[in-house]
Amino acid sequence: MEPYKKHESIAALMNRSNVDTDQIIPKQFLKKVERSGFGQHLFHDWRFNDDGSDNPEFELNKPAFKGAKILVVGDNFGCGSSREHAPWAIADYGFNTIISTSYADIFYNNCFKNGILAIKTDKVQLDKLMAEIAANEGVKFVVDLENQQVTTPGGNGFSFEIDPFRKGNLLSGLDDIGLTLKHVDKIDEYEVQHKLDFPWLWA
Amino acid sequence: MQALEYAMKKTMYEKIWDSHLVVDAAGQAPLLYVDRHLMHEVTSPQAFEGLRLAGRKVRNPHSILATMDHCVPTKNRDLPIADPIAKKQIETMAENCKENGLNLYDMKNPNNGVIHVVVPEHGFVHPGMVVVCGDSHTATHGAFGALAFGIGTSEVEHVMATQTLPQKKSKTMQIVVNGELSKYASAKDIALAITGKIGTAGGTGYVIEYTGPAIRALSMEGRMTLCNMAIEAGARAGLVSPDEKTYDYIKGREFAPSGDYWEQALAYWKTLPSDEGAVFDATVILDAADIAPQVSWGTSPEQVTGVDSVVPDPESFSDESKRKACESALAYMGLTPNTKITDIPVDLVFIGSCTNGRIEDFRIAADVAKGTKVAQGVTAIAVPGSYHVKKQAEEEGLDKIFIDAGWEWRDPGCSMCLAMNGDELTKGQRSASTSNRNFEGRQGKGGRTHLVSPAMAAAAAAAGHFVDIRKL
Repeated sequence: MEPYKKHESIAALMNRSNVDTDQIIPKQFLKKVERSGFGQHLFHDWRFNDDGSDNPEFELNKPAFKGAKILVVGDNFGCGSSREHAPWAIADYGFNTIISTSYADIFYNNCFKNGILAIKTDKVQLDKLMAEIAANEGVKFVVDLENQQVTTPGGNGFSFEIDPFRKGNLLSGLDDIGLTLKHVDKIDEYEVQHKLDFPWLWA
Repeated sequence: MQALEYAMKKTMYEKIWDSHLVVDAAGQAPLLYVDRHLMHEVTSPQAFEGLRLAGRKVRNPHSILATMDHCVPTKNRDLPIADPIAKKQIETMAENCKENGLNLYDMKNPNNGVIHVVVPEHGFVHPGMVVVCGDSHTATHGAFGALAFGIGTSEVEHVMATQTLPQKKSKTMQIVVNGELSKYASAKDIALAITGKIGTAGGTGYVIEYTGPAIRALSMEGRMTLCNMAIEAGARAGLVSPDEKTYDYIKGREFAPSGDYWEQALAYWKTLPSDEGAVFDATVILDAADIAPQVSWGTSPEQVTGVDSVVPDPESFSDESKRKACESALAYMGLTPNTKITDIPVDLVFIGSCTNGRIEDFRIAADVAKGTKVAQGVTAIAVPGSYHVKKQAEEEGLDKIFIDAGWEWRDPGCSMCLAMNGDELTKGQRSASTSNRNFEGRQGKGGRTHLVSPAMAAAAAAAGHFVDIRKL
């Protein structure tokens, strides 16, 4: 995983709530056995017309949002299926930051496993950010994870809360499994007791 | 002293959480032990690949049970899979399980079926366990009093390598369902009514425990249907405390404790229910008697109403985002406000899925379908959740009832729940579906899904539109 660095990037706006992972990456693209190459299918059914051409009505097809790394979206983003193909598609498309009021739990976890910073803010703040982008499409925000701060040219900057463990992992780009395996002796100990307590699970 | 006693009362979730903590140190996420790991072909290949690349091994192969369900055909299964990418995924699953010595019920195995139907059939999940699967409907197994939740593929890899997961403790929500369900309402209707009431984000950050007389009265199949849809209300896990029904269901199955272990296990299971007076972070109360058979009208499971109601008018929502969501859902669904639910026609009826693909579901649906004919222009497919369900139904003659009524009787799989295997709606087609999600395109691009119970689905197949089954 790439370490997450402070950056200034275009913020794309999708003013929609309850966007589910079936929309983020429709099921016809879940048959691959690799992790890569999902970005081309991100939001497929909204993004493309039936003939495969770009749907000009879809937010992310606006030229002003080309190259955006920040996605600003409505409440409860990523609800539904647990498919990690959703954050794989988001990251592969080029986003490394999402800003919303809320996320579905599984999706939220999956983001951090893939180097995506999912920032939570309140409704008032989100509305201000959305208004700033709507009034000035192509506007760039600065995201500083180290200092937990977003700044915008319109003065709608804010600071955000984040779990220190998730923050540390994003900043260092460290592998979760490696971190857990530092406790392998504790896992061994737990299992010794587990076998005594629940022998039928090991029979 | 009293305060101390008060503080020591625990919910079932807290008991399971505490007993599975491997590491709980400051400055890092608590590490939770995982007893059972369920797998299917769609969310696992990249996890195996990750293990291989890192030179890691599966720590406890015996903790894993795998099946193939999402991509498998539900007819002509003896023929090769036509879709080369799906075929590759199926083959990859078989290779990965073989290489790692995992128990796999492949497509042709008599134990094959939808993972969340198969696992309980074999008694693989017990009360008090922590159970994970790369699938959001893992919540199903909360019906047994197990903490069961969906995870992403990176976490699948993590569990294979370490048998643990870093987790944040959830808040607890108690949903009390008082009273008695009317004869024609089911666990599915409770699940939909809850989602309608609290919304698809209502349970986010919570583990739900379902309590109350109407929950106690549900069969194990009904409890599975209910917990299955906890995720539709945003909660990663739903729980029902174990009771005699739970123990009777598990007893004698392949992975159930046997001999002296049975009594030992039972004694432990009986310690699990939430202590009287344990405090939940939130409580929601419903009366089962108020729950009419439900029909979803929109593109989110919270957009649902009783069959005796009408399609809502966007203007009736005071919340702006709900109004907008209603407008766009009605446009997608091709519905106009104030249309009676019973005036909505259907093109396709699907009974099956990890929500409603169990024997009880087919018994109830067959009871309604008996002696009817599928309405002209309607396609109706019955997809058992597993080969065992299929066999049991055939022994009871249910297959004949469906076939005589003009239904297709298929082989098991996820099928039209998410339409990965070729069973799907075409653009503009409208379904009555016993599955769990009515998201845009879920059952096929441009397809329009209405979520209902098996009885409601069977009635819609015969009438060609939704029917208030209480009036049949």
